[in-house]
Amino acid sequence: MRRPAAPLFLARAVYRQRRLRDAARLLPIFGFFLLMLPLMWGSAAGAGRVAVYVFGVWALLIGLAAYVAPGLAQPEADAQQPEDA
Amino acid sequence: MPFNVLVLTCLAYVAFLFVVAFVVERRASRGEMRFLRSPVVYTLSLSIYCTAWTFYGAVGSAARTGLEFLTIYLGPTLVFVGWWWVLRKLVRIGRRQRVTSIADLISSRYGKSNLLGVLVTVIAVVAATPYIALQLQSVTLSFSVFAQTTPETWVMPDRDATAIWVAAGLALFTILFGTRNLDAKEQHHGIVMAIAVEAVVKLVALLAVGIFVVWGLGGGPVAMIERIEAYTDPNWAIQPGRWAGLIFLSAAAVITLPRMFQVLVVESVDEAHLSRASWAFPAYLFAMSLFILPIAVIGLDRMPSGTNPDMMVLTLPLQEGQGALALLAFLGGFSSATSMVIVETIALATMVSNHILMPAWLWLRPQAALSGNLRGAILLARRLSIIMVLALGLEYFRLSGGSAALAAIGQIAFAGMAQVLPAMLGGIFWRGGTKLGATLGLSIGFATWGFTLFLPSFGAGAAISAEVLQNGLFGLHWLRPQALFGSDGMDPLIHSIFWSLALNIAGYAAGSLLSFPDPVERIQGAAFVNAFDDELQAERLGWTHGQAEPEALMNMAQRIIGDEAAISFFEAEARAQGKAGFLPDLTPSFLAGLERNLAGSVGAATAHAMISQLFGRATVTVEDLMAVATEAAQIMEYSARLEEKQGELSRTARQLREVNEKLTQLSVQKDAFLSQISHELRTPMTSIRAFSEILAEGDLPKARVAEYGQIIHTEARRLTRLLDDLLDLSVLENGAVQLNLTLSHLGQMIDRALAVSSQTRPERTFDIRRDYPSEEIYLRTDADRLVQVFINLISNARKYCASDAPVLRISVRQKGGRVVVDFIDNGAGIAKDAQGLIFEKFARLSDDGRAGGAGLGLAICREIMANLGGTVTYLPGQRGAAFRVTLPLRMDKLVMEKQDAEKLR
Amino acid sequence: MRQVLLIEDEANIAEALRFILSRDGWEVSVVADGALALAEVARLRPDLVILDSMLPGMSGLEILTALRADPLHQALPILMLTAKGQLRDREAAERAGVSAFMSKPFDNSEIRALVRELLGA
Repeated sequence: MRRPAAPLFLARAVYRQRRLRDAARLLPIFGFFLLMLPLMWGSAAGAGRVAVYVFGVWALLIGLAAYVAPGLAQPEADAQQPEDA
Repeated sequence: MPFNVLVLTCLAYVAFLFVVAFVVERRASRGEMRFLRSPVVYTLSLSIYCTAWTFYGAVGSAARTGLEFLTIYLGPTLVFVGWWWVLRKLVRIGRRQRVTSIADLISSRYGKSNLLGVLVTVIAVVAATPYIALQLQSVTLSFSVFAQTTPETWVMPDRDATAIWVAAGLALFTILFGTRNLDAKEQHHGIVMAIAVEAVVKLVALLAVGIFVVWGLGGGPVAMIERIEAYTDPNWAIQPGRWAGLIFLSAAAVITLPRMFQVLVVESVDEAHLSRASWAFPAYLFAMSLFILPIAVIGLDRMPSGTNPDMMVLTLPLQEGQGALALLAFLGGFSSATSMVIVETIALATMVSNHILMPAWLWLRPQAALSGNLRGAILLARRLSIIMVLALGLEYFRLSGGSAALAAIGQIAFAGMAQVLPAMLGGIFWRGGTKLGATLGLSIGFATWGFTLFLPSFGAGAAISAEVLQNGLFGLHWLRPQALFGSDGMDPLIHSIFWSLALNIAGYAAGSLLSFPDPVERIQGAAFVNAFDDELQAERLGWTHGQAEPEALMNMAQRIIGDEAAISFFEAEARAQGKAGFLPDLTPSFLAGLERNLAGSVGAATAHAMISQLFGRATVTVEDLMAVATEAAQIMEYSARLEEKQGELSRTARQLREVNEKLTQLSVQKDAFLSQISHELRTPMTSIRAFSEILAEGDLPKARVAEYGQIIHTEARRLTRLLDDLLDLSVLENGAVQLNLTLSHLGQMIDRALAVSSQTRPERTFDIRRDYPSEEIYLRTDADRLVQVFINLISNARKYCASDAPVLRISVRQKGGRVVVDFIDNGAGIAKDAQGLIFEKFARLSDDGRAGGAGLGLAICREIMANLGGTVTYLPGQRGAAFRVTLPLRMDKLVMEKQDAEKLR
Repeated sequence: MRQVLLIEDEANIAEALRFILSRDGWEVSVVADGALALAEVARLRPDLVILDSMLPGMSGLEILTALRADPLHQALPILMLTAKGQLRDREAAERAGVSAFMSKPFDNSEIRALVRELLGA
């Protein structure tokens, strides 16, 4: 027996939750990209400016993670996760 | 700041931690876990990532290389912010499989291979030993800082003695709270709470120093940033390779370091806490890092040149005359060091005892899995491991002299543990990873790390000769430790990470692609990779039906996880299966659950081996592989269950049909009962009446009178006997019978029965075959009643056995507390459809063998035997009529009372 | 002399009937086995058959049915005796064509009168 085929279009809540998961997956990639940027600034930038930038990115990542996390912690709206399986 | 005040504060602080751990353990054992289950405690416990290396070393690192220290905290930040990728799965698998350590995770994933467990353990111990030494070093250093400032009040004890005292104290604490019990999961609530308290202390201490520096000395944040901007040092330029490499390295370390794995996965009480920690732990790291750079810049500015920057967190407040602040900083550093050592030691000790000591012990004494005090052995192994790990760290510290910069040692440890990363990530995301691949990758990576980073770190000529360092191994130029394959343009650390992980991954991939996993590996692989597929997790790990007894398994489980825990586990499992009592059926799911439970105490590989031992080396069969193929197995199982149910239904239907048939036949019999009784009574009456009338006429010859008188007498007796039988039966059926229990010899009873029944058809000579020795039994029963049954059976044989040379075999056997007597003749036997009826009243089978009986004999026998606590049954398939009498050897009051109770019902 | 065939397996009852009926001047033969009864009837050609209902080998009702099926014995007087005393048996016997029916136990005078009547004396 096969699983019933996943429906083509999802309910709004489920759709939002899936996109939230996508966001959660993208977050570290986004963060890594931002953290690599100072490497291209060359020696013109002093330690103070780089530090302010890095701490700013850091705070942004923490804020975004805190925004996304409660939604992710919800019990899964759909029992199956075809993307993961 | 007097030195003895410092020591007293320190002791008071430690005592406070003891109390915290003790109270929490007490509460946890009483089941009051609510405050332990908070995500805050979980997040704070993760802070053991920040060791003394962070607390003291970060400032040192910032003073030397500027912003580079941040990479160590940015890597974990990315991992936690991206928890949905790896951490979530890791925690789920850890909880599902009851993983006890990172070595257990790898061993369990790759077919519960103990070789891999040993390998990871060795890597972890080698990588962690310098790291533990580093913590001891920082504590002794911080003591000496205070001792130097107040030489007049206290003589600084020598460096080694301080380290020994600290190590001994930590060993005591760890043994006390780390090996109190062998939990199903390796969780230590007391320690986790103490760690959380220490996390708060070190954060508060560092923030306090930072605030003092920025606002007290630096003139506020804006001025501070300007000062940093203005600071120029060629070493402060960001090196792109190291920046990216160290972010990656720390990201790898946060999931592979034994202590991180311990708090992140093993001590996790609720998966949901992870979502909170995903931003809260980065926030903690953020706060810890915030003031590092200002402290470094101000320190470099205000401290005399040549000051050890690794101790600036302590020396800066001291120099500024802030004794209380310095004391707080000291406690923060002390907290950082001790919490790391405690958790690291527990994690390493678990690995060493589960993967090295216990398997070795079981290998030396294979019978120990079945006997002996396993629980005690495991606890002892755990304690020995703790002492060993701490002793190793202490010894490393004494030998190395503690000269190397804190940061370097931490990075070396990170790189060593990172070798586990390919096997770990491959294991949870790729079903194709195999034991051979993991072994190959780990060994190559470990060797490369050792050759390119660890051994050279002791300095030229110490572990690796300057010759090799300069010209390569065996004089081969491309085997230079710090310039493998001619890559001499790289930073040594990045060089080592690059080559060790590259070769590691290559080995892992090649080994996996070229080898074929064994069944256990494939099952575990599927369980790990599909950790979120709940249906798949239900029936995992194929224990096939072997021949272990549930008792034996319970016995073993009791000795490992403790009596209470084992009994309640077995009872719960039995209840889940719908069985009463404590012994569940040995279903694959039960065994998998039991193994997971045991794995919590002794590790997956050992648990598997132990159950295998009891299970007669059960291996995984083709059917189990089918279970890996998932859905098919589920369907099969479902249909099997249906089939089982159907079987049950048809069994019930058959029983109903049988009962119904019997009832129908019985009702016919009952209907015939009156007619039978009538017939049996009227027949003798007819003769009596006819002859008495004849005699009454009075004109008969004397001989005739005597003859007819005799007939009347015989028939009258027949009538009496019939009435006796009927009465007998009614008494027996109503249970109103008085039993006369005596001790009687079975052989003699058979003798009596044979003598009496020889009057039945005396013209027939029967060959009676007996086995006299077996009849030498004394029975406690009602002898007369039993003889009555024997007479009936023997008489029946005499009456109905149609053989020309009739033989009656009487055999006696003893079976438990019961005696079985069989009466088997060589006649035609009883037709199958009649066998169910012969014990009913008046069930004479046909009229051709009637010999004056009324058909009540066997019905009476059945009732007598029921009263004697036994049975009489027909034994089919004996080539003749065969009756089996079964009765208790000693009939006692209890049996009688039980029967009475049954009758009342 | 008129011939009476007594088909009865209870030896004592047969003896009693034989004694009573021979005293009345009838010639009485006895068969104890139902299976032999039909052959005896054919051999002796009795004027009256007294038939017990419960017999070994072949039941009284079966013998009765078999006799009546033979045109030779359609008019043969048959007296059936039964100890069961149930109405159902009596009805079955009457349907099968019994001449007279009597329950056990019986009065000697009763059966003697009935035999006389059946033999048309």
